[in-house]
Formats: sequence, C-alpha cells, structure tokens
Amino acid sequence: MIQQRAPFIKNIATALGREMNTTKKPERNWKYNPQAKTLTDLSRDELVQVFQKQCSNIHTDYIETTADQLKEVLANRVDLYGGGPVSIWKDERFDTFGLRNLLEEEWPQASIEVNEWNVENGDDNIILAEKANVGITFSDITLAESATVVLFSTGGQGRSVSLLPQTYIAIIPKSTIVPRMTQAAQIISEKVQNGETVPPCINFISGPSNSADIEMNLVVGVHGPIKATYIIVEDR
Amino acid sequence: MAVKITDGNFKDKVKDNLQDDFMRGAVSGAQDRLRSRRLENAEELGNWEEWRSHGEEIRQHVLENLDYYLQELSDNVQKLGGHVFFAQTADDANRYIEEVVKKKNAKKIVKSKSMVTEEIGLNAVLEKAGCNVIETDLGEYILQLDEHDPPSHIVAPALHKNKEQIRKVFEEKINYKKSNDPTELARHARETLRNEFLTADVGITGCNFAIAESGSISLVTNEGNARLATTVPKTQITVMGMERIVPTFEELEVLVSLLTRSAVGQKLTSYITVLSGPRREGDADGPEEFHLVIVDNGRSKILGTEFQSVLQCIRCAACINVCPVYRHIGGHSYNSIYPGPIGAVLTPLLAGYDDFKELPYASTLCGACTEACPVKIPLHDLLHKHRQIIVEKEGKAPISEGLMMKAFGIGAASNPLYTTGTKLATKVMKPFMKDKEFISKGPGPLKEWTMIREFPTPKNERFRDWYKNREGGDNK
Repeated sequence: MIQQRAPFIKNIATALGREMNTTKKPERNWKYNPQAKTLTDLSRDELVQVFQKQCSNIHTDYIETTADQLKEVLANRVDLYGGGPVSIWKDERFDTFGLRNLLEEEWPQASIEVNEWNVENGDDNIILAEKANVGITFSDITLAESATVVLFSTGGQGRSVSLLPQTYIAIIPKSTIVPRMTQAAQIISEKVQNGETVPPCINFISGPSNSADIEMNLVVGVHGPIKATYIIVEDR
Repeated sequence: MAVKITDGNFKDKVKDNLQDDFMRGAVSGAQDRLRSRRLENAEELGNWEEWRSHGEEIRQHVLENLDYYLQELSDNVQKLGGHVFFAQTADDANRYIEEVVKKKNAKKIVKSKSMVTEEIGLNAVLEKAGCNVIETDLGEYILQLDEHDPPSHIVAPALHKNKEQIRKVFEEKINYKKSNDPTELARHARETLRNEFLTADVGITGCNFAIAESGSISLVTNEGNARLATTVPKTQITVMGMERIVPTFEELEVLVSLLTRSAVGQKLTSYITVLSGPRREGDADGPEEFHLVIVDNGRSKILGTEFQSVLQCIRCAACINVCPVYRHIGGHSYNSIYPGPIGAVLTPLLAGYDDFKELPYASTLCGACTEACPVKIPLHDLLHKHRQIIVEKEGKAPISEGLMMKAFGIGAASNPLYTTGTKLATKVMKPFMKDKEFISKGPGPLKEWTMIREFPTPKNERFRDWYKNREGGDNK
C-alpha cells in the first residue's frame, strides 16, 4: 500500500518550479565516470594480491588453497576457532567443492554439530545460528579493493548465517573476484534491468564487525561475528 | 529529541563546553584521526576530485528529478509487497509509525542509528505509547543508558564521553562488573543487546540511500546492529529523508564509496546491507512486514531555493571533522542534532532562525568544510547566505560582526575576492590581537571562546595554504 503520495510529490514539483513528472525516466548524462578507471587494468592474480593486502587492514585472516585441499583447510580453521556448532547455508557449492562428507560424516563423528539452513524449520534456524560458534557461507561476488564478500540471501541462504555466529568463514571461489563494488553494482543493476527481482537481502561484508564508538578505540567484534576468515579457492 | 536538543542559548553552551577538557581533547583527536584517514583513502583512489564531481552531479540530478524517483521507488517497494507512507511533517511520520507499532501490539523495539528519527523525535512518541525503545548502535546505546545524553557528532555520537564515564554508566544500568577497557565494554553491550534483538517485535532503521530502480534501501554500518534489527524482528520500519535516494545500483556504489571514505576513511564499512521489501516465500529470516516512511519535514521548503545544494548531503561528517570552530566548541554547543558546518547550514533551515541565528556565525568561513565535502556542497557560501538573510531580517548586525562580515563575506562568492577577504581578515582582527599571535578578546561570536582560550590570529598565510603546506610536510 502507498499512502499520501500524490500531494507529497506534487509539492516537490511545485518547489522545483515545474510540472510534476512521474512517468518520463530522466536521462542520466554523467560527465564523470571515475569508477571505470579504478583497478580495471589488473589481472585476476593481481586482484587477488590487492584483496590479500586489504585483508590485513580489516582484521581478517586470509587463506589461499586449491579445491583438493579445501576440506582440510576448512576443518583446521573450524578447529582453530574452537569447533562447533557450525551453521551453514543450504548450498550446492558445498557438493561442488567436495565438502559434503566433511559436513555430514566427519564433523558429526568428531562431535561437531552442523546445522544446515532449512526453511521448514522456521524460526529455529535463527536460534541455531545464534548458538553457532562458526558460520560458513560462499561468496557470490568478491571485491578486491575492499576485501569484500557479497552475499545474496534468500531461501536456503539465510542472512543469519553470516551474522549471528561468534565467528565467520567465507569460501571464495577465485572466479568471483572483481575489481571493486563498481562491477558488483553493474551485475546487480543488469539483473534489475532484465526484469529480475533482486534478492530481499544483499550483504557486502568486509571483515568482522567493529566499532570505534568508545574513545575512538577500535574494537573488533561488536554485534556481528568477532573473527572472520576468507578462504580463496581455485575453481573446480 | 527533534532538531533542537535543549533550551538555552548558544553563548552559554559555548561557555559550558569550553570548560570540558576531556571533550575538547577527544574532539581534536578524533578530528585529526578521521581527517587523515579520509585523506589517505581519498589519495589512494588517485582521482578523488573526479569522484567528488561525479558524486555532486548524481546528487544534483536526483534533487532535480526527485518527483520521478520517489514515484519509481514507492512503486517498486509496493511491487515487492512493502508499504510506503509519505510523511509531510514529523507528526505525520510519528503518527503512522505509532499506528503500525500498535497494530502489531509491539512492546519492544530495537533501533539502529538514524539521524532522521532523531530529527522527528520518534523515540519519545513510541515511549509515550508504552514501548521499550532500544538504541543498538554502541555510541547511541551508551547515550541512551546515560539518561538520554544528546549526541555530539553524527558519526561518533558519544565522542564526548570517556571510557571511565561509560564504565560507570554500564555498572549502574546494565550490571557491568569489569574494567573500563573498550573491548570488555563492547562485549558486554553485545551480550546484553543480543537478548534484546532476539526478543524484539519491531526493528526500526534509517536509510543511507534508497535505490529507485529496485525499491531497495541500503544501510552502511560497521557494528552489525542494523543487520540484526532487520534479520530477527517480524516487522521492519525504515525511515528516510525524502532526498536520500539514487536512481540505480551504479550510483549507489559511487555514493557509498564517497561516504565510507569521507566518514571513517574505510574503503567500505564492514557491512553494506541492501534490503528489498519483506522476506519472500521460502525465507526463514528477515521481516514479514516492511514499511518505508519517507519524510519531508521542511526539506521541500529548501528545494528550489538558493540553499538547495544542502540537500546533496550524505551525512558523512567530513565537514565536521575539519572545522576549526567545531574543534573549539564541540558538538553540544550547536544545540542541534546536526552540528558542525552542515548543522550550521541545515539547522536554521529545518528549525528556523529564531533559535539558531548564531549558528551561521559559528564559522570562520575558512572554506575547509567546502573542500572536504565529498559531494561539493558550497557550505561556507551557504553560511554566508544565511548571514545576509539574518542581517536583513534583524535590521543590522553588531558593528564588529558587520566588519567581520565585510572582511570575510564580500569575497566568499568568488575566488579572487575571497583571497582579498581572508587577507583583509588580519587587519579586521587587529584591534583584538595580543602579541600579533592570538586574539584574546574576539568580537561577536568569538567573544565567548576567546575569553577562555586565545584564538589564533588569521595569518597572512591563508588556511588553505597553511593546510596544503602542512599536508606536504606530512607526506615527506
């Protein structure tokens, strides 16, 4: 429902001193386009270097690995963070990267509880994510400049998994790396122009939560995760 | 709280705040740090001036076509299943939000930081309606616990408080037993607020930029509280100033890049969250109901006037972080939720000249604010315009102010004249100078702070030149 719109918008047109326009899309003839030149001349490997360097600025551990070694790397990281419970997305990419056995056999056998997002369980998903020690998701788009993972959340990709657990691990397929937010914005905007509906929640996440509200001292870990690790993996 | 924070006049507030040594140290430390981080990050981009020009043209374009983009935005929110309410006044907005909250029978409301909800005084309305309203941004939470102490900076609201004061507030109000270490304090707030998030009925947020093409809103944060407020509660209400809008994701990106660098010197903050309507079928988190409240509250009166460019503001506080007057008198002296140069321009426009006619004089017109602004608002020109209007309205200004105005003012409109103006300033201030270095009994608005602190004399070297030289020195 939309309420009180017509008089509100008419008042704006009056203030602007012209007839109201709600139908003709204004042309955007930008004179400047600085974002087109920013980091766009780098190769994928150079972008990975930019990404890695930025990780240290945002208090995030960086690991680069191959698809074959990913399982071991992930298991070690979860151990380092103190084990389970682990909260994960319902996501085919866990199969693509050969992690299903770890999630369904090895961790449960080692008494590491794994909770996969399951829409049928309703609010329990939030409660389980809140109790989790580690949350694990994939990155849908990855920004080199700011060391950012972009997460499209809907359905099995609950927003809580990257938010409520104590610590967070993002698995980043190397092919998802782009120079900066410019390219992510273009990808999303293109979807909109093609008539697709954007997911209800898109998060651009750059490291663990933090605050400098007390005497400008940086505190890492406030309401979101306290620690974060990015694992960059060669694609399969 | 509304725009105006308390009764009491500007001069008394300046006098009080000048006595607060901690605040003054904290303010100058924060200014230095935020300013240098902004400059470092801007420089790294290489073509910062081009970025600023692009930011400016985007904001100007949106203001010129605001009717179209608001129509497009609201149509798209509706398509996603959200509700949109256009609020002409603060009262209209508050009434609608109160209605939604009552319909939901909500008792507990979690809020993430929002200047526009401060501006319309929403918390008081909801508290009166019997709700428990909890501010969840760490700085805002501290202030709320401390008997609603007002914010003193738009990005770092509790800047004026030291950690020992915060420890005491936590001890008294939320059963805190540990030290005054900021990490321990923050962890305690995390635990206390986690429970509030999990049991809240409604989440209320502001909006950094709405995106017309997709009907989305975006939130730029570091702590994660805005994410919690929009993930757990079943109802989300987002309140936005009507001008905070971009056509598409591509312009969002440009403005976010300018905002995070200018506000805190980060390439991006920890979380940029883009939300489009309520949760969809098959989702198990996010709000089931989404309301967007679009607020005018005096903004349309600025549109189409010589002050229109102030609506380009993206609330980064870069102008505050370079302002020599803010540095001296702190945020509370402005008695407005919008302090510093942007506050001195915006406050009289939103809340009238009667209570705020001194604010445009709380500036040296040095132009540092204009230079820092990532969307090129000519702040010091606008301050000068205010002064002209005030003088016209009041008949005449005190003679000393008149002289100052002449010296600073004539030239502000054009560059060669400005140069003459600031050079002339040295002469105008001569009668007040002590040892040629400091002004000890300043005229007009300078008087209150020069009674306590000596104000550096305008140098033959202008601020801009001094700043450039200093910068060069730092980069050696």
